[in-house]
Amino acid sequence: MKPAPFDYRRPGSLPEALEALAGEPNAKVLAGGQSLVPLLSMRLAAPAMLVDINGVPGLADLEVTDAGVRVGALARHADVLASADVRRVQPLVPEALAHVAHATIRNRGTTVGSIVHADAAAEMPVVLSLVGGSVEVASVRGTRTIAAEDLYVGPLETSLAHDEIATSAFFPALPTGAGVAFDEIARRHGDYALCGVGAVVDGDSVRVGYVSVADVPTVVDLSGVPLEEMGEAALAHLDPTDDIHATSAYRAQLVRVLTERVVRSATDRSRGITEESQA
Amino acid sequence: MTEELHDVRLTVNGVAHDVRVPARRLLSDALRHDLELTGTHVGCEHGVCGACTVLVDGRPTRSCLMFAVSAVDTEITTVEGLTKPDGSLGPVQQAFAECHGLQCGFCTPGFLTTITAGLRENPTPTHEECRDMIAGNLCRCTGYQNIVKAVERAAALQQGTSVEEPA
Amino acid sequence: MTTKLMGTPVQRVEDQRFLRGKGRYVDDVAVGQDVLHAAVLRSPHAHARIVDIDVDDVLDLEGVHAVWTYDDLAGPMAPRMAEPLPLLIPHPALTHGRTQYALAKDEVNYVGEAIAFVVADDRYVAEDAVGRIKVSYDFLPAVVGIDRARAATDLVHADVPGNVGARLEQNVGDAPAAIARAPHRLELDLTIERSACMPMEGRGTVARWDADINRMQVWTSTQTSTGVRAAVAVKLGLDLGQVDVITPDVGGGFGVKINHPWPEELLVPMAARALGRTVKFTEDRREHFISSAHERGQVHHVSVGFDDEGRLLGLDVEFWHDHGAYTPYGLIVPIITSTQLLGPYKPQSYRVVFESLYTNTVMVTPYRGAGRPQGCYTMERTMDAIAAYLGKDRTEVRAVNFIQPDEFPYDQGLIFQDGRELEYDSGDYPASLEKIKALIGWDDFPTFRRSMAAAGRKVGIGLACYVEGTGVGPYEGAHVHIETSGKVKVATGLTTQGQGHATVFAQLVADELGVKFEDVEVVTGDTRRMPYAVGTFASRAAVMSGSAIHLAAKRAKEKVLKIAADALEADPSDLQIVDGVVSVKGSPGTSIDLGTVSVLSNPLRYAFDEASKAATQFSVGDPGKPPVPEDEEPGLEGKDFYSPERATFASGMHAVIVETDPLTAEIKILKYAVVHDCGHLINPMIVEGQIHGGVAQGIGGALYEKMAYDESGQLLNASFMDFLMPYVTEIPDGIAIDHLETPSPLNPLGIKGAGEAGVIPSAAVFASAIEDAEGFPISAMPISPSELFELRQTREETP
Repeated sequence: MKPAPFDYRRPGSLPEALEALAGEPNAKVLAGGQSLVPLLSMRLAAPAMLVDINGVPGLADLEVTDAGVRVGALARHADVLASADVRRVQPLVPEALAHVAHATIRNRGTTVGSIVHADAAAEMPVVLSLVGGSVEVASVRGTRTIAAEDLYVGPLETSLAHDEIATSAFFPALPTGAGVAFDEIARRHGDYALCGVGAVVDGDSVRVGYVSVADVPTVVDLSGVPLEEMGEAALAHLDPTDDIHATSAYRAQLVRVLTERVVRSATDRSRGITEESQA
Repeated sequence: MTEELHDVRLTVNGVAHDVRVPARRLLSDALRHDLELTGTHVGCEHGVCGACTVLVDGRPTRSCLMFAVSAVDTEITTVEGLTKPDGSLGPVQQAFAECHGLQCGFCTPGFLTTITAGLRENPTPTHEECRDMIAGNLCRCTGYQNIVKAVERAAALQQGTSVEEPA
Repeated sequence: MTTKLMGTPVQRVEDQRFLRGKGRYVDDVAVGQDVLHAAVLRSPHAHARIVDIDVDDVLDLEGVHAVWTYDDLAGPMAPRMAEPLPLLIPHPALTHGRTQYALAKDEVNYVGEAIAFVVADDRYVAEDAVGRIKVSYDFLPAVVGIDRARAATDLVHADVPGNVGARLEQNVGDAPAAIARAPHRLELDLTIERSACMPMEGRGTVARWDADINRMQVWTSTQTSTGVRAAVAVKLGLDLGQVDVITPDVGGGFGVKINHPWPEELLVPMAARALGRTVKFTEDRREHFISSAHERGQVHHVSVGFDDEGRLLGLDVEFWHDHGAYTPYGLIVPIITSTQLLGPYKPQSYRVVFESLYTNTVMVTPYRGAGRPQGCYTMERTMDAIAAYLGKDRTEVRAVNFIQPDEFPYDQGLIFQDGRELEYDSGDYPASLEKIKALIGWDDFPTFRRSMAAAGRKVGIGLACYVEGTGVGPYEGAHVHIETSGKVKVATGLTTQGQGHATVFAQLVADELGVKFEDVEVVTGDTRRMPYAVGTFASRAAVMSGSAIHLAAKRAKEKVLKIAADALEADPSDLQIVDGVVSVKGSPGTSIDLGTVSVLSNPLRYAFDEASKAATQFSVGDPGKPPVPEDEEPGLEGKDFYSPERATFASGMHAVIVETDPLTAEIKILKYAVVHDCGHLINPMIVEGQIHGGVAQGIGGALYEKMAYDESGQLLNASFMDFLMPYVTEIPDGIAIDHLETPSPLNPLGIKGAGEAGVIPSAAVFASAIEDAEGFPISAMPISPSELFELRQTREETP
């Protein structure tokens, strides 16, 4: 399975990269490549040009402040996952990242890349939504910020223009007193989830994000809903489908089970209850 | 229309190689066919099986998911680079031989590189961490039991611990 | 060295090259040399008539050398290339066998069928070229799945009525009558889904035609070098003697690589000769999914009559086997199912009938177990059902049906896959049962279940027994050559895909000849070294080649002792060979090393080296007689063959404890135990490795893997992303293994095959355990959490 031919640019600066993208309507950005390269090898995609941004300086930065975590376009999942600072400021990010594929894929794959790939079966797109994050994008026309709620417009589709590159993603810090949790159920360790759930509990506010049970990354506000009814309430906003791995009824069951499990866990954490403190 | 060729310097196992390849040449193919380092194997070309795993700047990476042109300015280690300069087996390789951690040998290079990096990062893994270290590599022959033993044995060999040789 | 190596865990010699990345698998062959690469256009449709193939755009592409379609095959150089591929194993019951053409002629019958063959400078360009070929089709309805094949509203092959390739019935006694008058009766319907071997290395072939000497050299990732050689010679119109087939290192076979010739195994040599260049084809993973072979899909209907103890009075099994679009491997798989279904039991009467059906899917040829897993599944589910019906312990019901240790040899009254009687040579099933019960904690389980239930957790225990006919003929051979260096070169013609043959066979030679293990080198699968061979399948290599090598080494030893006796002026019976040196027992000063004996065995006019010169200190032979005695040959070689009267029967039992999640229906393995009898072990470490691997493959097949075809014949999960092979995380941490050894009386070493055992009882044992956990019947395997969940829902809705 070999890719079809493509033109290749390896810009040494961001402006060079943006010029290259602007000049070719059928160009794609190559960062981590863990999602893109298999598509090319299987000839499911055949862009005329790849703009390899791996040589562009300044894109790998991880900037952690009290406001939140800014992840540069070339920050690998593994580096974000390993950062104690990220964990301290926004623990939902590493908790979800641990479920992304396998360690080897995380060594090369980028968190920003995953976000703009906008796969509803991936963890990071919905995590961005869940924490109210945003992406910074650049083009030859300048830069702009896209809030997560305006980012995902369809299955595997974002509101980025074809010649825009996401240069970073911003995950706001977890507010004090809030708790987060993430869990997913997959067929094998490291597989795409049959159903994944992330939750942010902040006082009475309960927001829950879902993986693999809608066609776009979907966050549901379940504030005020009794815990045992949350899964059912969420299902009204979701669309679990049948495929060769699971029926929609089974996925719906996982929504119910995981919603309760994850929200309970996030709630416990918001109250400062940890597994250790319960022992 | 002739395909454009790119001059690429690949540093593999400490040696710089200059090759001319099309942009679409996968790193796995460049290692195997342009550099004739056939120890890295291709099992699926979609990043799932791990047979093609090499170290890029010391980190396990699927060479079937990278283009050779992208691998400039990196240091690549393949299975061939794990053998000691005098030709004897490195500790991870040695552990596999002692523990019968391979049968057909096709997936093995991917495990060896992965474990080499894993033990560098965590030289004293728990049993669970040993299993975790190899959780992204497929093997169809061994059923993994002896590979896990090999990880533990490799850690012991590297530590110089006098652990009994496996029965 | 005085300790025997037989039975010891010698470290593998193969590892030395594999671990350094110096293995030579088929895609490694000719790397760096001038090689052309091939790609294949494969049918995207499951069933269609080919109206037109337009290759005009292909040759324009830079780097493309040639393209072939069916019309190009019917040339004068190799007219037989235009014939269908061989039907390797005919059978009288296979009344409607069909095989494909090397390139599709008028019709395609499965997604993946080869239509055109392109050769180019590299694989990338070859794939570009394939993308440019335009084919127009007339679509035909696709027949997918056993139900639709049986219904036969549509036909796969227009001239095969009812999609039935074969119908075969075997009877021992009158089972229907016995069932009718039995005190108790049950009926079961069971299903096993299709799966596949899925070795980590796919198929590949490299060929070079040497015009200087008119020889074709072929490397191919196969389980049968001699099979491929014969096929290539016949199809390409060459003499057998003009073709060499070398099996490189093979990255796993598990059965799929026994089928031959693949279209590519013929097209590559054909192209090599036509173009005068070395040509290589290496399939990619998607190709492996859609153009190699699958196995396992069957539907069974069982009727059984039994007494109050659960003794089988009559067993009547009817089943339908999905063999895909073509039948190159005949009826081996369903025949094995029908015969090995009996396992360790002796039903008083037995009737088995099957229909082997066509579907528009990838063809079906053996996958580790080769039909036994399905048979074991049916038999073991039946045993469990009988136990449930009678309220008896599942082990008790099995025990009353066992063939007893004093009943061997036991003739089941059937004809096995090798065309010979199904007669079990040895075994001890009651002893195995005691061991497996102890190993899994069978008697303690009710207590465990109660304590888990108190914590709201659901667990179940399952058990399954199997018997495996191994070491089937017709024969294997071996050649042992002691060179003047003292090194021993051994060749056997069957092949290796990770079983450690070079190690275990060297152990046997070292023991028999009295040489150092390190001085023995074994080559397998090279027709230049051993042209008479059958292949590696049916867990036969240790038995067949092991025995042949042992016998060949014996012959070589006899010659060694004869010549050495002459040289040392002693009697052969007074001699011993230790570490490659022959000496008179008790008189170590009187000795001669094997290398010198080798020199003496070959009376040359010329002395080439120090060894030859040194040999002149000995005088052998009688100057009054010819230097090479009559009935003898020069050289120190031994050649022999092993050809058994029948298969030898290994056996075993597996048990598993599972936990099922009450909410998510996830299935977790808490403990897995194996009791295994393969007679004497040559290398226990290697046998254990085979068990580990088989168990893992079995877990994959029971809980994760199946081929998901849609109605139109598209394989929906033709990638490792969606065909779920287990990682370490899906396999239990440790398997409890215990051995039993009932030696085989049929071969000199008393060994039985071990390669397939681990996977045979998997579907059965997991179905048994999950059923035990859930309390309702599990009749379809594999089973996923989603499927278990849906079963629970159905149960709840229809109590």
